[in-house]
Amino acid sequence: MYRYDQYDQAIVDARVEEFREQTARRIAGAMNDDQFKPLRLKNGLYLQLHAYMLRVAIPYGTLDGRQMRKLADIARRYDRGYGHFTTRQNLQYNWIKLEEAPDILAELATVEMHAIQTSGESIRNLSADQYAGAAADEICDPRPWAELLRQATTFHPEFSYLPRKFKIAVIAAQEDRAALRWHDFALRIVKNDVGEQGFEVYAGGGMGRTPIIAYQIREFLPFAQIFSYLQAVLRVWNTHARRDNIHKQRMKILVHELGEEEFRRQVEEGFQHFLTLQTDFPQAEYDRIAAYFAPPPFETGPSAEIDRSDPEFALWVDRQTVAHKAPGYAIVNISLKPITGIPGDISAEQMDIVADLAERYSFDEIRATHAQNLVLPHVRKADLHALWQVLDAAGLASVNLDLVTDIIACPGLDYCSLANARSIPLAQKIAARFADMDRQLELGELKIKISGCINACGHHHAGHIGILGVDRKGTENYQLLLGGSGAEDTSQAKITGPGFDEDGVVDALEKATNVYLRERQPGERFLDTYRRVGMDPFKEAIYG
Amino acid sequence: MDNLLRFRDDEAHDEPAVSIDAFLGQSNATSVRIEAGEDARQLIPFLDRLALVEIDFPRFRDGRGYSSARILREAGYKGEIRASGDVLVDQMLFMRRCGFDSFAPAAPIDEAALEAALARFDYVYQNAADDAVPVWKLRHG
Repeated sequence: MYRYDQYDQAIVDARVEEFREQTARRIAGAMNDDQFKPLRLKNGLYLQLHAYMLRVAIPYGTLDGRQMRKLADIARRYDRGYGHFTTRQNLQYNWIKLEEAPDILAELATVEMHAIQTSGESIRNLSADQYAGAAADEICDPRPWAELLRQATTFHPEFSYLPRKFKIAVIAAQEDRAALRWHDFALRIVKNDVGEQGFEVYAGGGMGRTPIIAYQIREFLPFAQIFSYLQAVLRVWNTHARRDNIHKQRMKILVHELGEEEFRRQVEEGFQHFLTLQTDFPQAEYDRIAAYFAPPPFETGPSAEIDRSDPEFALWVDRQTVAHKAPGYAIVNISLKPITGIPGDISAEQMDIVADLAERYSFDEIRATHAQNLVLPHVRKADLHALWQVLDAAGLASVNLDLVTDIIACPGLDYCSLANARSIPLAQKIAARFADMDRQLELGELKIKISGCINACGHHHAGHIGILGVDRKGTENYQLLLGGSGAEDTSQAKITGPGFDEDGVVDALEKATNVYLRERQPGERFLDTYRRVGMDPFKEAIYG
Repeated sequence: MDNLLRFRDDEAHDEPAVSIDAFLGQSNATSVRIEAGEDARQLIPFLDRLALVEIDFPRFRDGRGYSSARILREAGYKGEIRASGDVLVDQMLFMRRCGFDSFAPAAPIDEAALEAALARFDYVYQNAADDAVPVWKLRHG
């Protein structure tokens, strides 16, 4: 994986000192909170219901054991001994003191990490396919481009006070594991007619209160021109977007108002201009970065045999491991969704264990997923049993990848100052209702996504079953949505009808799963059945 | 203009700036003011007549002015570009990088804080309107 050189390190170190000085000015009263707020947000620091929250960037979801151990160390020393993985592959601490935030950023810098541009109206930390570099179905590793774009978009002087946040994702496989078209700007590496690799580009997507699926703005963009193209997109948006209503300032709204064709025309015009400025990074810089992502030294011909005599282990292997591009290796998914747990939460002790396992069994690589789980991308099949035993002892061997209890949930009203309703207790209730393993397997792939407000951090628009918490005359109320997808078959979920209280929405969800079991045809997932039979049978079961 | 800060060697231009509309209406003015939301590209045919372009920041979070300044510099404008309005010390480094070379902030700027802010980062990742060399160039010569 990428390592900082003297320049990267100097930039991050200078950022820490800048924020230390800004924080001191704020504490001394030389700056008001209105002035300080965008500065702390660009360093990942939010003020939540009970304390400051710090969102640490995990660029394109990749980290190593040393970094994970540092995250554990910070959790112990500055927080309450745990952290929370988010739907943007980042990690959040919930109990941070403002005066300690600069020290935490300094600690992160010692392991080549930061919290730069993880919030605020800026170009956010990029997300990517969590199986990058390991997936059997990718045409190349997308992370060198993600790292190049991380650098290109860090402290961009023109695009640091944007109308709103701007989210980028990069993948290189047919299967979309990164919710690509729910991003403002999304890249899929493809081959064109003559076999050259480049980007298929999508623009104008996003969730929030106005969900829009990104449209294909360009069928093929040569690799070498990506920064010019991105800057052209950003300039069209930055100069034309409204600034009078924060809810109408995301790029998706401008694309919608101008129309896809006109937006594309303006971008192309700006793109031709940017190409003349020669701001694109040269091939030599791409090559330098790509060298860090060279495949690890996989053994040739390790045993592909797995001893399945332990049924619990066999169950875990079948559900939690995925085909690897190298023979004899597997991709391991570590569930952060134990039945009674909080989705995405991990204790400092568990972080240390994952760090140890990564170093011992996975060429020192760990990935965070947008579904709030972890991945060890390169594990020899021969090591799976030993690894599983350690995970099992640490409470990290839950079997539920993409099943009904693998629930995405935002922090909700337990933490978040924007939330209208709690998400965590609801996720726990649903998980408890469906805890039975046979029942989960019977229901098959079923992605439940819960947001505690319309900002949609819990991706409810993209849930096979989505749940949106709202405030209804002072009480928490939950709307049920069906038919969304964040995968390559992207779709937006639709509301079933009137909302429910917490227990009521669990009942309604269960009724929806019963309709699926009744109506499904062989091989159909919940989503497939919903798409075939439509909303009516579900409505009838839920409200009839 | 008590708070005027300049990063140019020439004399400050003191002709009052006119609006873009007034300028385009066949004025002989040499000084124009761009409000947030106005298209700086309208000035491109007339840049050799201009000595000062003032770009207003109604709120420091409104980042449209950064693009306006860069658009003018990219078109070859060498005259003064002045940021006026809600201009604060923590935004001035990026403004300098986008081509602003004078500032007329509504509230005075602490000079020591400004000096520290402008000298904070030894390296930058990307080309802009200043002469800072991006690190990719330092890496590869």
